[in-house]
Amino acid sequence: MTFSLSQVAQLTHSSYTLFTMMQRSFLPPTAWTVTDLNRYLRDILESDHNLNDLWVQGEISNFSRPRSGHLYFTIKDSSAALRCVMWRSAAERQTFLPKDGDAVEVHGSISVYEAGGQMQLYVDKIKPLGEGALFQAFVALKAKLEAEGLFDSDLKLPIPRWPRRIGIITSPTGAAFQDMLNTLRRRYPLVDVILVPSLMQGDGAPAAIVDALGALEQHIAPDLILLGRGGGSIEDLWAFNDERVARAIAACSIPIITGVGHETDFTIADFVADLRAPTPTAAAELAVPDRHDLLAALGDLQGHLTNLIAAKIENRRWVIQAVQNDLQRVSPAARIREHRQRIDELSARLGVAVRHRQTIQRSGIEALESRLNALNPLAVLQRGYAIISRLDDGVISKVGQVEDGDALSVRVSDGDFDVEVKKQSKKVKP
Amino acid sequence: MTTPLTPVGELSYEQALSELEALVAGLESDGHTLDDAMSQFERGQELTQHCAALLEKADLKVQQLLGDDLIDLEISA
Repeated sequence: MTFSLSQVAQLTHSSYTLFTMMQRSFLPPTAWTVTDLNRYLRDILESDHNLNDLWVQGEISNFSRPRSGHLYFTIKDSSAALRCVMWRSAAERQTFLPKDGDAVEVHGSISVYEAGGQMQLYVDKIKPLGEGALFQAFVALKAKLEAEGLFDSDLKLPIPRWPRRIGIITSPTGAAFQDMLNTLRRRYPLVDVILVPSLMQGDGAPAAIVDALGALEQHIAPDLILLGRGGGSIEDLWAFNDERVARAIAACSIPIITGVGHETDFTIADFVADLRAPTPTAAAELAVPDRHDLLAALGDLQGHLTNLIAAKIENRRWVIQAVQNDLQRVSPAARIREHRQRIDELSARLGVAVRHRQTIQRSGIEALESRLNALNPLAVLQRGYAIISRLDDGVISKVGQVEDGDALSVRVSDGDFDVEVKKQSKKVKP
Repeated sequence: MTTPLTPVGELSYEQALSELEALVAGLESDGHTLDDAMSQFERGQELTQHCAALLEKADLKVQQLLGDDLIDLEISA
């Protein structure tokens, strides 16, 4: 059977009328249906504003979370219990999920589950009991230490750029330790790590952390200290909100990086530390450079170095080239070439002149030769002339040079012969 | 350089790196003979290789403080 909303309203109203009539009437009472009664009770509860918006505190029991995603549990104290339901939509918003035995405060509204006749609390918020008290303590300590100046930025020690020894305070069995080691090994395996094991939660943890800090500072004096712990409840992390721990961190002469819990967890230790990291892994990342970055930077540096030296060499080469150019400009080589050319030229001109002169001389000689030939007396002999000479005394050209009986030599064209003078006669000149 | 140089192999990473940075800064300014610049360059090359080798070959050393003593911890990667 299904009812519309108006039908529901009508029914509720008629049952209420019936009930008032019963009180007033002397007629035998008419019995209620269970449905009507439960609905009636539900109406009453839901119309009470005090019951619509209330906090109840108690201890969780019978906690169950079926596949539907709704949460069913009971909260109780020493003498009473209350059924609770939390619908999936509200449960999904819940970061804190309780378990049996947890002391909690729950918020919601009271109503009746008609089918079972159960009065229940429909819960929209659950928070651990005592969170409020812890938070108050946290706020108070934070304010106190802040007022003392323990968080001042000028108290923060600088984190060394190249740590060689890193002290780690953590639980040796925790994931946080492995996370930090893995991160250090991956990024910068040049460091030496010194673990000081310590309790990280529970009543003994604050004193253990303080002792570990003291031991590191006195015996090892590393360049840097990592204080790390993985995530947990606010109670698990409470050691990091302890005043003794906070003061030990502030007093430590060695830089400290904290990495406690998750990103959203802030502890007093974080405020006092020289550097706060959101997680243990992040603390290790902040502690050391990354070798991949370093190798890349090293490559850049090497390239720069090579360029520098190449530029220097190029510069020298340029200087040498410039000097060479200067040298070439003042070199006698060019003048030598010039002179050589002139010599060639002159020698060519000389050749021409010499040959010219030879020609001239040769033609002169020939002329002389022919003139000489013309003057050759032997040529006259060819024509029948003769040369007469005394044997001992030269050529006879006058009659007076001879006397009768003189022996003379007659030269003709092809030889000579001797003659004797017989008679002379002097011819008168024409 | 007037002081005798430490052999590159004996330098820690940060010593080698800071010498390398100083050396490069020095080479950026003028006033070196070519011989000097070349020997600086060779030293720079050695320093670079040393740094790179340290980064690539180093393995994390893990110890635990036990009382006043340090004991080696064998940690698997």
